[in-house]
Amino acid sequence: MRLTGAQALIKSLEHEAVEVMFGLPGGAILPVYDPLIDSSIRHILVRHEQGAGHMAEGYAHATGRPGVAMVTSGPAATNIVTPLCDAYMDSIPIVVITGQVPYANIGTDAFQECDTVGITMPVTKHNWLVTDAQDIPRIVREAFHVATTGRPGPVLVDLPKDIANQQMDWYWPDGVDMPGYKPTTKGHPKQIKDAARLMSESRRPVIYAGGGILKARAAEALRELVELTGFPVVTTLMARGAFPDDHELCLGMPGMHGNYTAVTSMQQADLLIALGSRFDDRVTGKVDGFAPEAKIIHVDIDPAELGKVRQPDVPIVGDCRQVIEEMVKAVSANKAKHAEDGASWPSLDEWHTRLREWQRDFPLVYDQQPDGPLKPQFCIDQLRDHTPDDTIVVSGVGQHQMWTSQRWKFNHPYTWVNSGGLGTMGFAVPAAIGAKVGMPERTVWAVDGDGCFQMTAQELVTASSERIPVKIAILNNAYLGMVRQWQELFYEERYSEVYLSPDLPDYVMWAEAMGCVGIRVDSPEEVEPAIEKANSIDDRPVVIDFRTDYREKVYPMVPAGKSNDEIILDPAHDTYGER
Amino acid sequence: MNSDIQHHIYSILVENKFGVLSRVAGLFARRGFNIVSLAVSPTEDERFSRMTIVVDAASAPLEQVTKQLYKLIPVIKVMEMHPDDAVERELMLVTVKAASDARSQITELASIFEARIEDVGFESITIQVAGRPDKLDAMTDLLTPFGIVELQRTGLIALPKLARRMGRLRSVKTRPA
Ligand SMILES: Cc1ncc(C[n+]2csc(CCOP(=O)(O)OP(=O)(O)O)c2C)c(N)n1
Ligand SMILES: [Mg+2]
Repeated sequence: MRLTGAQALIKSLEHEAVEVMFGLPGGAILPVYDPLIDSSIRHILVRHEQGAGHMAEGYAHATGRPGVAMVTSGPAATNIVTPLCDAYMDSIPIVVITGQVPYANIGTDAFQECDTVGITMPVTKHNWLVTDAQDIPRIVREAFHVATTGRPGPVLVDLPKDIANQQMDWYWPDGVDMPGYKPTTKGHPKQIKDAARLMSESRRPVIYAGGGILKARAAEALRELVELTGFPVVTTLMARGAFPDDHELCLGMPGMHGNYTAVTSMQQADLLIALGSRFDDRVTGKVDGFAPEAKIIHVDIDPAELGKVRQPDVPIVGDCRQVIEEMVKAVSANKAKHAEDGASWPSLDEWHTRLREWQRDFPLVYDQQPDGPLKPQFCIDQLRDHTPDDTIVVSGVGQHQMWTSQRWKFNHPYTWVNSGGLGTMGFAVPAAIGAKVGMPERTVWAVDGDGCFQMTAQELVTASSERIPVKIAILNNAYLGMVRQWQELFYEERYSEVYLSPDLPDYVMWAEAMGCVGIRVDSPEEVEPAIEKANSIDDRPVVIDFRTDYREKVYPMVPAGKSNDEIILDPAHDTYGER
Repeated sequence: MNSDIQHHIYSILVENKFGVLSRVAGLFARRGFNIVSLAVSPTEDERFSRMTIVVDAASAPLEQVTKQLYKLIPVIKVMEMHPDDAVERELMLVTVKAASDARSQITELASIFEARIEDVGFESITIQVAGRPDKLDAMTDLLTPFGIVELQRTGLIALPKLARRMGRLRSVKTRPA
């Protein structure tokens, strides 16, 4: 069968079971938009290419399937660099297709030419410039394979316009032949045995669960390991939901804004079992002072993560699910052996008691007075308590993100979508749209900052016109709040360029102008009715403008570059016990 | 090449594909690994090229460099060689001022270094010398007083020493399976 390169591309995407793609056409990609009309693939027309990229990410976060975005050359390609980098940092599988000027014109500074492959090389797992239409099915197959296997990540295929118009003979490859790409998934048996031995000797163990648990779809395996061992679990910002917050062994989020118990348990642990986590500086604080007494078992599918920041005692390269399942077997065997020998398994009672005391003495606190200013934490608590348990929560970047991660009860995997590694303001609105497209039956709430919202709000026009009923809660503190917090604490309250104004723009009018329902909330008693009203609307997006107290700060906090032992608790509350 | 600095030699087999040099060079730049020299050439198999990269070991932890290189899809095999375990060669072309009274001294030096005179002009001559980097350094030092006009070195290429190929090669011998 003779096809054009463009037809072959669409057909290849269909073969990869792509159901939806996010994009915006232009000159260089025009040939591919034509056969799209006749395709089964749903295309969602975005208002800015950054939106297409974040939507693809939100879709991938929520569904586990690769998100697909398609844009034209030049400025469109550069507009999608931020989502590529975001996906690269957070290991999100997305496939981006960019148009390119005709192959013969490359290098001539042609209209809307840019070196897309060169620009995106550092922020993709791999990228391809197509030079022959005959290669298209093979390259698409490789692109999806690379994006979704091993450590997942973004890939990009750059397609020159003349190649899209060139004729080719259709085929679909049986598999991929990539001699330089063979991810290891099965952990080394000896290493797993060593890990099990350390686990059976530990008195103060902590499982340090990272986003890799979710990528490997290992939440169930993790739960099995925890039930077997009684080891407490911290879930990083990228792993919220990988282990249920309502489980008594879940300690919640560690790191710069982690809760006291999660942070301190790691500091005092004698064994850290890092599963798909990467010792990010936001988790470790000053590396020299991090978990000084802990032996480290580090499991990751990316060999380069092992020893990158902290040298593990037992490094294990492999897929988290497979390795955890093997660990469960190995620990069970050790336990059986102990029982046979009449030896007792080390008791964790003392450790569990200590953790419970910390949880009791150092809870997350805030104070909502009935007639006082509206507290952002109160809004989040109300939202949490008045939405279904399996609601997908998406956030922007800033104080609102940290409060949401701290306070939400994530009891299911894939219910938390956020930008961790890159910290991309503007992520929430488009990512929420992508998540809702992937999971239309689920309620999707974005908790956004007023600063973040202004970066990508126009995608609500996309949501309205495509009838994607996402719900957005803006915690409007009239400030770039997180930056303000640092200026207050570390720059002697010298506030430099952080004020935004609560009513410019008028968020309710803006929402209405974009085809959404807009609701304003000024006081605590309006919070619940507004949420209930938003929940009842299912035919269009809803935006709630919560006017929150700008003075509120995120605590606890480990100042940047400090050791986690120097954690600062909220000084406004003296209800803590003796430390 | 300054011999005070600790170097690692990487011999990297890569797929002979568009952009592979910039992928490898970009990786080194991005991760802050300093390149001392870099040479690329085709191999006996036209599908592959070999890159020989000498890096400043202080800036580049050996294991991280290897692991990061393997993350690049066109990278097939990475070997890291200690200078003691490698056959190393580098080529240098140097043009020196050589007025008639200095000429015989320079040609004498050249013959000691087994260098060849490649070109002769009225005021200068161009010499080619090959060998280990320290030999080229020594040659350069000795020629400097005459006045070096231009100098070009190829960068190091290296292969593991045969007798030690099995045992002492401290490479990640194959991609971690
Ligand atoms: C694209 C981008 N620009 C700048 C920053 C730096 N930054 C981090 S948080 C923040 C403030 C966010 O303000 P807002 O959305 O209102 O959230 P808040 O902290 O007030 O909850 C800024 C500017 C960033 N993370 N991303
Ligand atoms: Mg704000």
